Amino acid sequence: MGTHNDAVDLSLMDDVFREYEGQRGALIPILQKAQEKYGWLPPEVLNLIAKKLGIPVSKVFGVATFYAQFYLERRGRHILRLCDGTACHVRGTPILLTALEEHYQLEPGETTEDGELTVELVYCLGSCALAPVAVLDGEVLGRLRQNMLLRTLKKRIDLAKPA
Amino acid sequence: MINLTINGESITAPEGATILEVARMAGIEIPTLCHHPDLSNVGACRMCVVSVQGARALQTACTTPAADGMVVDTMSEDAVETRKFVLEMLLTDHPNECMTCEVNGDCELQDLVYDYGVKWPEHNGQRHQWEINPDPNPFIFIDRNKCILCSRCIRACNEIQNRDVWNFAYRGFQTKLVAGADQFMLDAGCESCGQCVAYCPVGALYDKMSIGLGRVNQITKVRTTCSYCGVGCNFDLNVRDGRIIRVTSAADAPVNGMALCVKGRYGYDYVHHPDRLTRPLVRAKWLGREAVEERIAAGEWAIFDEAKQRLTHRRPPNDAQTPIPNTQYPNTQYPNTQDLNTQLPPDTFIATDWDTALDVVANKFAETKKKFGGDAFALLASAKCTNEENFIFNKFTRQMLATHSIDHCARL
Amino acid sequence: MSVHASPSLTFESPEQGPDSQRRCVAVCMGTGCSSSESALVRERLREALVEQGLDAEVEVRRTGCFGFCEQGPITVVYPEEVFYTRVKPRDAQKIVEEHIVGGRPVEKLLYKDPLREQPVQKWHEIGFYGKQKRILLGNCGVIDPENIDHYIAKAGYQALEKCLTQLEPTDVIEEVTKSGLRGRGGGGFPTGVKWGLARKTPRWPKYVICNADEGDPGAFMDRSLLEGDPHSVIEGMIIAAYAIGAEYGYIYVRAEYPLAVRRLRIALEQARERGFLGENIFNSGFSFDLQIKEGAGAFVCGEETALMNSIMGERGQPWPRPPYPAVSGLWDQPSNVNNVKSYAYAPAIIRNGADWFKQIGTPKSPGTAVFALTGMVNRTGLIEVPMGITLREIIFDIGGGIPHGKQFKAVQTGGPLGGCLPEEYLDVPIDFDSLQAAGSVMGSGGMVIADESTCMVEFARFFLKFACEESCGKCPPCRIGSLRMLEILTRITEGEGRLEDLDELKRLSKGLQRGSLCGLGQLAPSPVLSVLRHFEDEFRAHIVDKACPARKCKALITYEVVAELCTGCMVCGRNCAANAITGEKLQPHVIDPELCERCGLCYEVCNFDAIVIKSPR
Ligand SMILES: Cc1cc2nc3c(=O)[nH]c(=O)nc-3n(C[C@H](O)[C@H](O)[C@H](O)COP(=O)(O)O)c2cc1C
Ligand code: SF4
Ligand code: SF4
Ligand code: FES
Ligand code: FES
Repeated sequence: MGTHNDAVDLSLMDDVFREYEGQRGALIPILQKAQEKYGWLPPEVLNLIAKKLGIPVSKVFGVATFYAQFYLERRGRHILRLCDGTACHVRGTPILLTALEEHYQLEPGETTEDGELTVELVYCLGSCALAPVAVLDGEVLGRLRQNMLLRTLKKRIDLAKPA
Repeated sequence: MINLTINGESITAPEGATILEVARMAGIEIPTLCHHPDLSNVGACRMCVVSVQGARALQTACTTPAADGMVVDTMSEDAVETRKFVLEMLLTDHPNECMTCEVNGDCELQDLVYDYGVKWPEHNGQRHQWEINPDPNPFIFIDRNKCILCSRCIRACNEIQNRDVWNFAYRGFQTKLVAGADQFMLDAGCESCGQCVAYCPVGALYDKMSIGLGRVNQITKVRTTCSYCGVGCNFDLNVRDGRIIRVTSAADAPVNGMALCVKGRYGYDYVHHPDRLTRPLVRAKWLGREAVEERIAAGEWAIFDEAKQRLTHRRPPNDAQTPIPNTQYPNTQYPNTQDLNTQLPPDTFIATDWDTALDVVANKFAETKKKFGGDAFALLASAKCTNEENFIFNKFTRQMLATHSIDHCARL
Repeated sequence: MSVHASPSLTFESPEQGPDSQRRCVAVCMGTGCSSSESALVRERLREALVEQGLDAEVEVRRTGCFGFCEQGPITVVYPEEVFYTRVKPRDAQKIVEEHIVGGRPVEKLLYKDPLREQPVQKWHEIGFYGKQKRILLGNCGVIDPENIDHYIAKAGYQALEKCLTQLEPTDVIEEVTKSGLRGRGGGGFPTGVKWGLARKTPRWPKYVICNADEGDPGAFMDRSLLEGDPHSVIEGMIIAAYAIGAEYGYIYVRAEYPLAVRRLRIALEQARERGFLGENIFNSGFSFDLQIKEGAGAFVCGEETALMNSIMGERGQPWPRPPYPAVSGLWDQPSNVNNVKSYAYAPAIIRNGADWFKQIGTPKSPGTAVFALTGMVNRTGLIEVPMGITLREIIFDIGGGIPHGKQFKAVQTGGPLGGCLPEEYLDVPIDFDSLQAAGSVMGSGGMVIADESTCMVEFARFFLKFACEESCGKCPPCRIGSLRMLEILTRITEGEGRLEDLDELKRLSKGLQRGSLCGLGQLAPSPVLSVLRHFEDEFRAHIVDKACPARKCKALITYEVVAELCTGCMVCGRNCAANAITGEKLQPHVIDPELCERCGLCYEVCNFDAIVIKSPR
């Protein structure tokens, strides 16, 4: 996977700026669109947004770090979003977390050293009926149990289990 | 005008004022931390909470407009307990370092903790451990561990200086005061005016050049007018043992209030700088060998050794963070007369007296004018001159020297 | 009033109306059912109908959430309303062949109520729906949310027409005030009064804002409504805008609701096409339009002032009120913020009159309440009930009681800002005021049932952790105080608690309640306080006996092998990542408590129930 040194193609942002030109309070949607394009918010892009909107970098950074949705660091190739909403919590998310910690030494918010897997904790994915739920790369995994989760991860990600 | 009651006292107040403003006008003190009269109100710190009859909850006096018929109690049990709670919570994430803190005795948090009798809260919970002094800005010192997140610095930078260097990043307990995108201040557009320092109620932001040089009870404040430009800002020189150790804003300064520029706030180090000329220097050739030898022998004049000065008293290069040593700068040192016997190059600077120096200058001016006419002169006035001085300068240029070539350095 | 009097209220194609007697198979395409492949079910149904040559006769309709998501994907065959649950794509063929063609409902797909012998055929006969009263959700599961004609056929936009052509703005406000409608965002503030305040401020432009941030983890009422009947919310907003004199509006939707956003976009587009949005609506001279703003992941943005800051592109931090939004809100202009449901009631109230609304529910809280019922109940899902119903009716009649014969322990309402109530409150008729008096809140509609296997201390800690992580950080009581509380709760669940901690928790709670700027900090202690009030003995067990009665807190439990039951199959040992399990093949195994990480994997994989969880006491 790419490293942080990869050049960031700033021209991807041209359309975004065009779309929101002249709109008030467009910072958040612009950040959202930027993240859609890059998968995260590289510093160069934050600077560009500040420059284009004529607002201080400190503001862009303050907003981008306030909201949980924005990532200022590159994430893993695979992303597991584990739901810890109320329904999932009472139906077993904590124990799934322990399993992940045990097997991958991963705490929520962390990425494995090889950059393969990022685990995130979210509050309610909206599929409470299937609690506990996780979303692996956009695919909903419902009624999860530890071994099921571990099996799926192992299968999906060719992730060497740390010795 | 509206009428309201604060602590049982009926008060008439102008419309549109906040409870805090009305109370203070009436001499009733309400404690604050995030409020500053120069800045917009955000109602963040919760210190100014008061009970308002009929309101569902405590109201922040700094943001709530006073209204006709309002009944306010600034010292209700709820309000006082809340203030204590806020202070206690702030202390649970604050270093217990008043003993060594620069702003000891000059800290709004410390005073309130004292006034409200809050005890030091012992606990094993999480505390911030930010790096101390992480920013290479030559003038501004940061210790985020002391920051109470009042946002006064942010607002000062934004509303007064219009630089928008500061902001909060992240949220909750992780909230962090950052410059730009968590960069160094100078990279985030900082022009080192120090407004943020001036508005910080605690010791989280401080003047780097003043560290270790003296605290409020050790200094005398001397009000002065800035000598850098014609605006005439006032501020207080903080003087300890006859030496200026810091400049602080004077809220009541008529022209500038708390605001100062980088030169006014931090450009005072020339006062005690070893390079500063304290006596006029005249080249030996204009004085005559005889006079020089005689006056040096009498101890009135001396040979000026530039190289030696610089070597001994300059700050180490590239070490902007080390404050200038807290020693009395020794008076300019002059070599012994014996050296004179060996050699006295004609361009050697001799530290003389004002009368001698001015005589030399006057004679040279007269000579030049006679030889080449007035247009041989061009004069540049200093921004540090007062109006009166500039008037005289103008007269001198045009009438005495007879030239129109006069300008002023503030055109830069 | 005739629907056809106005050109925009006629159908494009009248036979598309959902009331037609035409056969129809409705497939739920809510978020829940979509995540279990309902789109594929719909596709297969279509194919099967084509195969049978019935595709012209039988409509396959996409609908919003039925509320019974747990049993999803849901499929209903109209007009007989046969209700199928857990429909797999491969079942489509059967539904078409046996039911549509053969006339016999597919037995295997009918809902099997754990409490009844016979499978239930019809939608409304299912216990889950028995005591419900669906006003807001009336269209959900019935109409196609992506087809404005369906909404119009259900009297949609008639209320708007009535307002714009027959009523003065003040009449609208009066009617809504008279109905007694209280805001469904949690606070219960009278909606009509709120509109009146915004109307009174003589500054323009004014804004109408719909709060669809719905951050309460586990609640999805607003999402389902937006997904299932978006036009009702839009119509309500236009009515509100007319009442207060606003020209522009925003719907602030939680980041995690992509489907709701998509449905809303489509609905807005259609409403604009028909002229319900835009210039000079119904030739009344009134113009209004609105826009969707997507949140970016911050619970506090549900708080109205934080929400407005977020719309303005700022950090989502609240500001102290006053100024109230009605006076100075979005871009310092008068603004009206209401919850999704509050707006959605408006059209029904205007159509049917305030008196109709008032006779539902209780005198002080008229109307219905929508709850997302989750946790340890037999039937979970989204329900709409009249105010005044008891918790017992909800949990036992609608929810079908506690599964596996376990004991009911508590019901939590209001999410992280609410509280939990024990058994003795089950018969309290619920509304805004009675719940508050009992130490909980109505909140925006989350309702979690805890049974004996739920550790109440851990439960309280969970909610507090949420509040702590979501604190915006602006004010010290919440920013620091919530962390201090969390630290104490954590230490109690880890067996390090002290008895003084209980008083300390109460003291800190008081500080947060009194001192915090916004509702988040003020209400964050509520779950903890209510657990302290009703389940103090569980706290004491953790502190004094170092025991977790529900056997949930990792530090206070051990996993042990019951030698008599262990067959020595070695499955547990193979699964244990900590290598804590030893034992020979066909010999009883042993778990080393020192090495055991208490992940519970062995407990789960053991086929012989030979592993037990133990806690002192
Ligand atoms: C922390 C916090 C979160 C909130 N979240 C929501 C929410 O998700 N949805 C909502 O409608 N109201 C929420 N509210 C209440 C809103 O501030 C506001 O009162 C409500 O939107 C008003 O609408 P109503 O009058 O229709 O109830 C929240 C309040 C607080 C303090
Ligand atoms: S650095 Fe000082 S002024 Fe700035 S937020 Fe912190 S305490 Fe307030
Ligand atoms: S109570 Fe919490 S969320 Fe609300 S303003 Fe204070 S810190 Fe922010
Ligand atoms: S001074 Fe009013 S809240 Fe800080
Ligand atoms: S999403 Fe289908 S029933 Fe709720």
